[in-house]
Amino acid sequence: MDLSIFLIQCLNALQYGLLLFLVASGLTLIFGIMGVINLAHGSFYMMGAYMAYALAPIVASTFGGGFFSTLLVGVVLSVIVGYVLEWAFFSFLYDREHLQQVLMTYGLILVFEEMRSLLVGDDVHGVKPPDFLSGTLPLGDVMTYPVYRLFISGVCLALALGMYFVFTRTRLGMMIRAGSTNREMVQSLGIDIKFLYRVVFAAGMAIAVLAGMVAAPVSSVYPGMGDTVLIICFVVVVIGGIGSIRGALLAALLIGVVDTFGKVLLPQAAGVLVYVLMALILLWKPDGLFKAG
Amino acid sequence: MNRLKYSFVLAAFTAMALFPLVAGNYGIDFVTKIMVYAILALSLELLVGTTGLVCFGQAAFFGIGAYAAVLLSPQADAPSLAWLLPVSVLAAAAYALVVGALSLRTKGVYFIMVTLAFAQMAYYVVHDTPLGGGTDGIYLMVKPVLGTVLDLDKPLALYGFTLLCLALTFGFLGLLGRSRFGRALAGIHANEQRMRATGFSTYPYKLAAFTISGGIAGLAGFLFAVKDGFVNPEMLSWHLSGAVLIMIILGGLGHLRGALLGAFAFALLQEFFKSEAVFGALAKHWHLGLGLSIIASVVLLPRGLVGVPGQIRDRLVGRAHSKGADHESV
Repeated sequence: MDLSIFLIQCLNALQYGLLLFLVASGLTLIFGIMGVINLAHGSFYMMGAYMAYALAPIVASTFGGGFFSTLLVGVVLSVIVGYVLEWAFFSFLYDREHLQQVLMTYGLILVFEEMRSLLVGDDVHGVKPPDFLSGTLPLGDVMTYPVYRLFISGVCLALALGMYFVFTRTRLGMMIRAGSTNREMVQSLGIDIKFLYRVVFAAGMAIAVLAGMVAAPVSSVYPGMGDTVLIICFVVVVIGGIGSIRGALLAALLIGVVDTFGKVLLPQAAGVLVYVLMALILLWKPDGLFKAG
Repeated sequence: MNRLKYSFVLAAFTAMALFPLVAGNYGIDFVTKIMVYAILALSLELLVGTTGLVCFGQAAFFGIGAYAAVLLSPQADAPSLAWLLPVSVLAAAAYALVVGALSLRTKGVYFIMVTLAFAQMAYYVVHDTPLGGGTDGIYLMVKPVLGTVLDLDKPLALYGFTLLCLALTFGFLGLLGRSRFGRALAGIHANEQRMRATGFSTYPYKLAAFTISGGIAGLAGFLFAVKDGFVNPEMLSWHLSGAVLIMIILGGLGHLRGALLGAFAFALLQEFFKSEAVFGALAKHWHLGLGLSIIASVVLLPRGLVGVPGQIRDRLVGRAHSKGADHESV
């Protein structure tokens, strides 16, 4: 493997890892703070990708188009939908067993998939990256690297930094951190925990949707894409330690590297490597790399 | 309540035994499939409902039982049930022993994910290596027989044999629940810390439960391979592990008849929403109806399907349901 190929694979690993982190961060937050195992999180990613495909023409005809306005419309929509979903389907589930939530979110996956099928159909679609991001950068003498992949990494990094800022520097972040440590105590301090849950859920959903929208030009858009992402994101969440954002970041990058280089170096075993990694890490550290708190 | 419980189980098995008298080939094949799923659901119920260990890799043991049956069968002759069945079950139990020994070091959601990881490893072994025939799967050329008494190539014989296996599994797990071993598992479910404090080494109990569960799942896999005469990697996929988990939650955790009910309800709901006679063009989108009914069941039936009589009685009598019956074993 020469240097430029190695470099390209490193960039791919970084981009994949950061994207996984975006989706997984919402999952780990929702689990860590609300105690909900949300199987439908992969569907949010799927919705995002389909929004990138289906919303673009609608946005183009109403607002005059533009890549960023599509992203904005998607995020606003998903915040609203997330807020309503939490109110309608989750708010009465907190006292129930975890497995009841699993059943509920499994039902939601089926409903979302069929709604997708009814609204957009079952075909595989490609999504074109916007013109100003569709070029390539020269890398070494013969290799090039698509600008759009760098853009994805950039967006993910910016969001990760933004989340870090919100968590460590703002009042909302403080409430979220407190909520993940001790729910009752936060409530007794007069903080509206229901509202907090709703915000966290809506934000987690919006981030997953955004990740799906940004990833659509690279991954293309196809039925069942949420399932794959869901399982890998659960892997990220448990390797990192449930509820830990830092852990999720590290685990996502680790999986990005293992998966990307696994596909190049050991193509016949690429699928299984991620799970071997997870099994080894959990046997070594049964609570994941970072414990939340 | 007890009388109701036993008469329900008795009625269910009687209905299954009499079903071939009224059903055609399609119905017999369909109910055979559901009974196989019911065995698989029962195996998971031992872990999730009885012991409180949520395993998300049950499909691996199911698939290993199935693949063992197909791979070990001779090409041209009919294998004897007498050795093929035990060997397939043991193969699944052996993998469960290894997986359990390692994954029982973890707890809660971590345990869920480690069992998934080991199931995915088994999935990729049959999916990506020549051993399992890849995505195409492999065919079982000649169905197993037991001397001249039983030929599983005949749908009716297979139906009867599957029903027998289901009844034996149900009875075995029912007895297990009443034994000292089963009580210990229920104790671990209720409070593992306290079990350890009273002097139980809980790890061997959990490992034994895990291995038994894997073996029973292997039995289900064996039956499924014989029924279809065909195995493919999808039998080991996490979609199946998830579906079985959904079945037992839908039926109601902590009750063997919940696994039975859940398997039937899940399969019948699927069949209902798939039926073009009822839904016409919408039948293509049968997931929608299934998903909505699952959501409705979470909202309306917090204790699962087994809790329905209790809920009705509460409604009629108007008093709170006593929670004492939560860990009964049948």
